[in-house]
Amino acid sequence: MRLFVAFVTGSLFGVGLTVSHMIDPPKILSFLDVAAIARGAWDPSLALVMAGALTVTYVGYALALRRRQPLLAPAFALPTRRDIDVRLVAGSALFGLGWGLVGFCPGPALAAVATGSGKALVFVAAMLSGMGFYRHFFERAVVVASRKKKPPA
Amino acid sequence: MENFTPVSALIGGMLIGLGAVMLMLFLGRIAGIAGIVAGLLAFDGEAKGWRLAFVAGLMAGPLGVGLMQNALPVVSVDASLFTVIVGGFLVGLGTRLGNGCTSGHGVCGLARLSARSLVATAVFMCMAAFVVFLERHAFGG
Repeated sequence: MRLFVAFVTGSLFGVGLTVSHMIDPPKILSFLDVAAIARGAWDPSLALVMAGALTVTYVGYALALRRRQPLLAPAFALPTRRDIDVRLVAGSALFGLGWGLVGFCPGPALAAVATGSGKALVFVAAMLSGMGFYRHFFERAVVVASRKKKPPA
Repeated sequence: MENFTPVSALIGGMLIGLGAVMLMLFLGRIAGIAGIVAGLLAFDGEAKGWRLAFVAGLMAGPLGVGLMQNALPVVSVDASLFTVIVGGFLVGLGTRLGNGCTSGHGVCGLARLSARSLVATAVFMCMAAFVVFLERHAFGG
C-alpha cells in the first residue's frame, strides 16, 4: 500500500510536470530569461506552476499536519533545522548555476528520461555522480569531524 | 508573452501540489525529489522501496500523458553534451549541499513557510536567472 501511494504521488508529479511543459528545458529557460520582460517576450508559466503547487500544498499540509501521524507511517518526517548556513546558500547557488545552464532540475530531468531523451539520461547520470560526490567527500567529512570531536573512550 | 501557457501551468502546478500533499498525508514525507533520489544512493538502512516507487511514478507520468495524446511530450535540450554533464553534476552536488531542489525547497519548504527554503529558493532562482542572462545577453547576444 505504501508503495502504491508512493507510485501515485510520483505519477502526479510526473503528469503535473508534463502537462505544464516543465520537462522541456526551453520552457524553463524562457522563464529564467528575465531580460525578456522588457521586450514583452517573457514566459511567466513557471511562476504559475509554483503558485498552483504552493496553494494546494499550503492548504493540504495545514490539513494533513493536524493529524497526530500520517495514515501509513508512524510519524511525520519534517525538517527541523532553522539556521541559514553557508552550505545552504552555496549549495543552492551551485544548483541554480546548473539549472540555468541546462534548464533541468531533478524532477523534470528524471521525467524527461522516460521520453527517451538521451541528454536527459546523461544529465541524470551526471546528477547522480554529483550526489555521490557529495556523499563521498562532504558527508564523510562531517562524520569524521564529529568523530574527532568525541573524547577518547 | 507568446509562449505563456497559464492554464496548463496552473493545472500542472496543482497536480504537483496534490502529489506533495498525498506524500505527506500518507507517508509523512516531504516531496523533495533530489532528497528522494539521493536516499536511493545510500548504502545504509535508508528505506528504498517508496523512493523507487515514487521515481517509477515520476517517470510513468510523462508516458501516461504521451499515451493519451498519442505523442511523447516534447523535450528539447539545446545545451551541449559537455554543458549537460557539468550542469547535471552541479545540480546533484548543489541540491545535496543545500538540502533541496525546486520541489523540496521551492514547493514543500515554502508551503511550510520555512525561512531556509525561502533563502534557498531565492538563491537558486536568482543564480539561474543570472546564468541565463549572461548566456543570452552578455555573451551569447
